[in-house]
Amino acid sequence: MRAAAILLAVAAALALQTTLARYVRGTAAVDLVLVVVVYVALALGPVSGLLTGTFAGLLQDALSTGVVGIGGLAKTVVGFLSGIVGTQFIVAQPLPRFLVFFAATILHAVVFMGLYVLLDLRQFEPPYTAVAGQAASNAVVGVVTFQLVERLPGAIERRRASKGRLRR
Amino acid sequence: MALLDIRQRAGYLFLAVTLGHILLISAQVNSRGGVPLLEAVTFGVLAEVQRGASAALSSVRSVWSGYIGLRQVHSENARLVRELEEAQVALQQQRALADRTRSLERLLELRDRSKLTTTAAEIIAAGASPDFRTLTIDKGSGDGVNADMAVIAPAGVVGRVVMPSVRAAKIQLLIDRNAAAGALVERSRAQGVVAGSGDELLSLQYVPEVADVMVGDLVVTSGIDGIYPKGYVIGRIESVEKSGGSFKNIAVRPAVDFTSIEEVLVVLTPTPAHEATEGSVE
Repeated sequence: MRAAAILLAVAAALALQTTLARYVRGTAAVDLVLVVVVYVALALGPVSGLLTGTFAGLLQDALSTGVVGIGGLAKTVVGFLSGIVGTQFIVAQPLPRFLVFFAATILHAVVFMGLYVLLDLRQFEPPYTAVAGQAASNAVVGVVTFQLVERLPGAIERRRASKGRLRR
Repeated sequence: MALLDIRQRAGYLFLAVTLGHILLISAQVNSRGGVPLLEAVTFGVLAEVQRGASAALSSVRSVWSGYIGLRQVHSENARLVRELEEAQVALQQQRALADRTRSLERLLELRDRSKLTTTAAEIIAAGASPDFRTLTIDKGSGDGVNADMAVIAPAGVVGRVVMPSVRAAKIQLLIDRNAAAGALVERSRAQGVVAGSGDELLSLQYVPEVADVMVGDLVVTSGIDGIYPKGYVIGRIESVEKSGGSFKNIAVRPAVDFTSIEEVLVVLTPTPAHEATEGSVE
């Protein structure tokens, strides 16, 4: 059940990424798949994080023009380390979560671009602004997703309860 | 203790998965002949999902634009009529210019290379990763679309086909970090290579310091790369800087707005340079 939900989340993120990204301007675009990987890692731990990272990264690689495995490895590392952070520290408030999403995006960029440069496959201009922009966007989307997922069931429950009181 | 076990298991799993990735990457880096099977199959399957998602989104947008967004249609219609009138005048001027060009071509006994066979295609998805600037179109090898075919739009050059499947194809945009095209400055005929940077701007490289290049100059394809037909608009020069070396640092703003593009034309006719290369191989 949990695995199916993760698969569904990755597929939805990928579908959103490939359809809505066309209408988003600039290079600081959100990497929704990375947001899902970090979310799963923080919520479910390092094993789920690394497996989700592997699956999502390989899928994203297969749909890109790059080498299959580089994005997979980057997301695996990010998923695993985010999961470790989630188990070692209390990451239940928006600010710590923002920092984890931000750092995870930067780590992802370092591993991803580092591997390409190390293997002499691509050269990158120093992409500080673009990576920082993407890290901030990912962090905002991640924190908002956490808040929504945590608060939505409670809000629905309260709404139902208030309707019940009115009927009585 | 149990927590320690879980951590150890996660650590081993992490090492195993990392090793698997390294093996996978090594295999590809050593043999980069064609498109890997995994990529081709996954792209083919996902292209169908993207086609469905794009169709759903298009229907929502058509409902919006067809019903809800009709409020300012009258003023827009008046504006369009004015633009059409202006375009008709411009067309007549262009026609006169074309007649002159044709007579000059006849004089110089040049071949008519302007008749390109194209096929229209709709964009059905953007790139799966923000690190690569690609798009997916709804035409593939079943429609005669092959790798390295040029993709253009009314505004100018869009990119080239990098991975065709039967019913879809992936386009590498000119702004991708790995993309490049032979180019020349229309006014001075200074030649160079336009390369993508992964950002909104392109860079025009290998233009000598002594070349006559100014901000605002139009940059068009030179046709020497064997992919893009000659004379198609790439963009306008936005900045020219002296690098201190042999070449200028030139930034070009693409003529095509890659964020709002919805339909493109795939050029099915091989360019003369491509034909020449094929001929020399044979």
